[in-house]
Amino acid sequence: MRRRHFLTITATGAGGFLVYRLDRSPQRVHAQPRTLKVPLRFFSEAQALAVAAAAARIFPADDSGPGAGDAGVVIYIDRQLAGPYGADRYRYTRAPFLDGPPELGNQGKATPREIYREGLKRLEGFADLDEAGQDSRLKEIEAAPFFALLKRHTIEGMFCDPMHGGNLDKIGWQLIGFPGPRMTYHEEVDQHHGKPLRYPPLSLGEILGRPVKPVDEDGE
Amino acid sequence: MKRLPEAGIVVAGGGWTGLLAAKELATRTTDRIVVVERGGARKTADYLDDMDELDFAIRNRMSQEIRDETVTIRHSTGDRALPVRQYGSFLNGAGVGGAGEQWSGISFRYTPEAFELRTRIEARYGSKRLPEDCAIQDWGITYDEIEPYYWHAEQMLGLSGKAGNLRGRRIAGGNIFEGPRRFEYPTPPMKTLYLAAMFRDATARLGYHPYPLPAATTSQPYTNPDRVSRAGCAYCGYCERFGCMIGAKAQPTNVLMPVIRRRNNVELRPRSWVRRIVVEGGRARGVSYIDETGAEVFQPAAKVILASWALNNTRLLLLSGIGEPYDPATGKGTLGKNLTHQVSIPAAMAFFNDPLNRYMGAGAAGIAVSDYDGDVFDHASLPFLGGGFLYTVCYGFRPMANFGVLPPGVKTSWGSEWKKAALHWYDRTGRISFYGEHMAYRGNSMDLDPTYTDRHGDPLLRLTIDWRDNERRMAEFMTAKAVEIARAMGAREITPFAGLKRYDATRYQGTHIQGGTIMGASPATSVVNTHMRHWQIENLFVLGASTYPQNPSGNPTLTTLALTIRAAEKIV
Repeated sequence: MRRRHFLTITATGAGGFLVYRLDRSPQRVHAQPRTLKVPLRFFSEAQALAVAAAAARIFPADDSGPGAGDAGVVIYIDRQLAGPYGADRYRYTRAPFLDGPPELGNQGKATPREIYREGLKRLEGFADLDEAGQDSRLKEIEAAPFFALLKRHTIEGMFCDPMHGGNLDKIGWQLIGFPGPRMTYHEEVDQHHGKPLRYPPLSLGEILGRPVKPVDEDGE
Repeated sequence: MKRLPEAGIVVAGGGWTGLLAAKELATRTTDRIVVVERGGARKTADYLDDMDELDFAIRNRMSQEIRDETVTIRHSTGDRALPVRQYGSFLNGAGVGGAGEQWSGISFRYTPEAFELRTRIEARYGSKRLPEDCAIQDWGITYDEIEPYYWHAEQMLGLSGKAGNLRGRRIAGGNIFEGPRRFEYPTPPMKTLYLAAMFRDATARLGYHPYPLPAATTSQPYTNPDRVSRAGCAYCGYCERFGCMIGAKAQPTNVLMPVIRRRNNVELRPRSWVRRIVVEGGRARGVSYIDETGAEVFQPAAKVILASWALNNTRLLLLSGIGEPYDPATGKGTLGKNLTHQVSIPAAMAFFNDPLNRYMGAGAAGIAVSDYDGDVFDHASLPFLGGGFLYTVCYGFRPMANFGVLPPGVKTSWGSEWKKAALHWYDRTGRISFYGEHMAYRGNSMDLDPTYTDRHGDPLLRLTIDWRDNERRMAEFMTAKAVEIARAMGAREITPFAGLKRYDATRYQGTHIQGGTIMGASPATSVVNTHMRHWQIENLFVLGASTYPQNPSGNPTLTTLALTIRAAEKIV
């Protein structure tokens, strides 16, 4: 049994954060207490801090709105890596592993977990660097498959349904005006041409009025 | 191996064609029909919980488990084939309903010319115009023969659209280049969303003939001739890669299963993985499969229907040793030849000033133009043959897949500047796509892979496939047309398609794979006759797009349904 790690994050904003308890039910946490301990499933605390800091440089909080830190992207990535995706359940993983042309896609043997473990070696001490230092470190690894994966996961963590651990308080959906998986636009669909029609986002669980779990939540 | 009591008919595969055959045959015979499907059971209510982009659109939970079985691909016979390790250019279905549960619903008829492609091209341009290595064939049937079955299938689906050719009368607003229909579509066209309206108006100004995409998402409540009622589309945007949670999109589970359940002679056996068609003494004797407990089971039957999707049909015949495998070096054999996909390209990405509200929509809610389809336009002075349709569809933008698509002027790919640009353009991006025909070539074919296996140790199917200059030039020509249209739509910036190079197994191009067990007029050049009966094994039938001699630009589902209904008349 691995030693349990926690990610300590600071609750900000009037609405507070949605966090996930050990039983994986969501809980809204307001400004009190000011710091939270989120149980980690895959990363150590140091790794989580490095990934959170890197995701926050890829998708920063700035004058165009909140970023990966606010959306809890690192929580999403931690859960994905701990689950079946991290173990490469969604790929064909029979040998032999041979190099091929790029049109045949990723032929690598490494699982997402292994790609992160390897990639994180190049992000040691990352959370302690200033922003300029962090950016230049990321530029060094821009071409690596790890960085491509981290960027993809950052986007996923920004815009997933909150049940997956990211997009806290639907902050990513608010940024892009995505209303969530609503059931009908029958009356609106051919109206509002050229004018933004923006609804407050709803998660799938909110729309259905009952908890919804990811398909592979407890599977392998 | 456990041996079960003999059935009248056993069907391998519980998707569109297998369940449609079961539905049609159940009314024609009292014999017991057993449908064996490798995936699990499904129902409309399941799809409420599935409106989740990550699990369903990104992780492809509606598709076959790729870790259990995939295909290998190489560009030519001189290359070493490697497995497709993650879903890319197409999405194999699995589970009851198959890929028919997660399709978009775009439902074209093929043109009359498509069925007699080789004859018509040679007559108009001479056989010297055919590309080198070209292996196109006539289908062995004509449009007039299939037309009544198209109508049957369209009524069953409740297809929405607008006729452009009613018994030879051309009608503005429909596709005037289509073959003659006897009747108007069962339901009116889908509503037109903003992006599609811009496309419609711009193409009309440029002299094209825009029409609403034919859609299997009914535009209003509809009851079909089987007395199956479905709701009208709500435009939620969860069609492609999802099951429809209100049943407005025609799916095998909502169109076929209600009828099958009324019969007492059809048994559906999910979670049962067919490994072989068993043949003895020149007759099919049944299928062997692995059931959900892992036990090997033999289901004997008087007749066998292979309906397991295009690639799986070819693979199961190869694994079962039925027919003569095709050899691209000598041209001998028929099983595995004429593998085609579809020239499916994002011809132009267009970036607009105004927001588009792209989260709304439906998989087939769009507008198309067929002015450059098939042989509608003269190819005498063009460097390619064939064509297709340009279209825009408002399928419902999902954030993970579409965030970060940026105009050529944006040079950063992460950080503050990138984020600002991505946020700005996210809901201002539209795509003009092109679906074009893919001719068959002698070098594009299938056989069994010598190295890689599935979870049961059976060899994977090996695809040898690459584009030829005909497709590359067609793509280039259509890209230029799409850019003109995007400009006429008022796009501020445009990214043209970069060009077809080698076949790219990582870019999604539609699950429209054809060939391998092709139909035709002669056993020398085809695997099944025009009623889908195997030329050598007279009680074996093969259904699906594996029977197409080549791809005629449009999406294949509607034609497979029509051909299945026609075949059912000869099966019993």
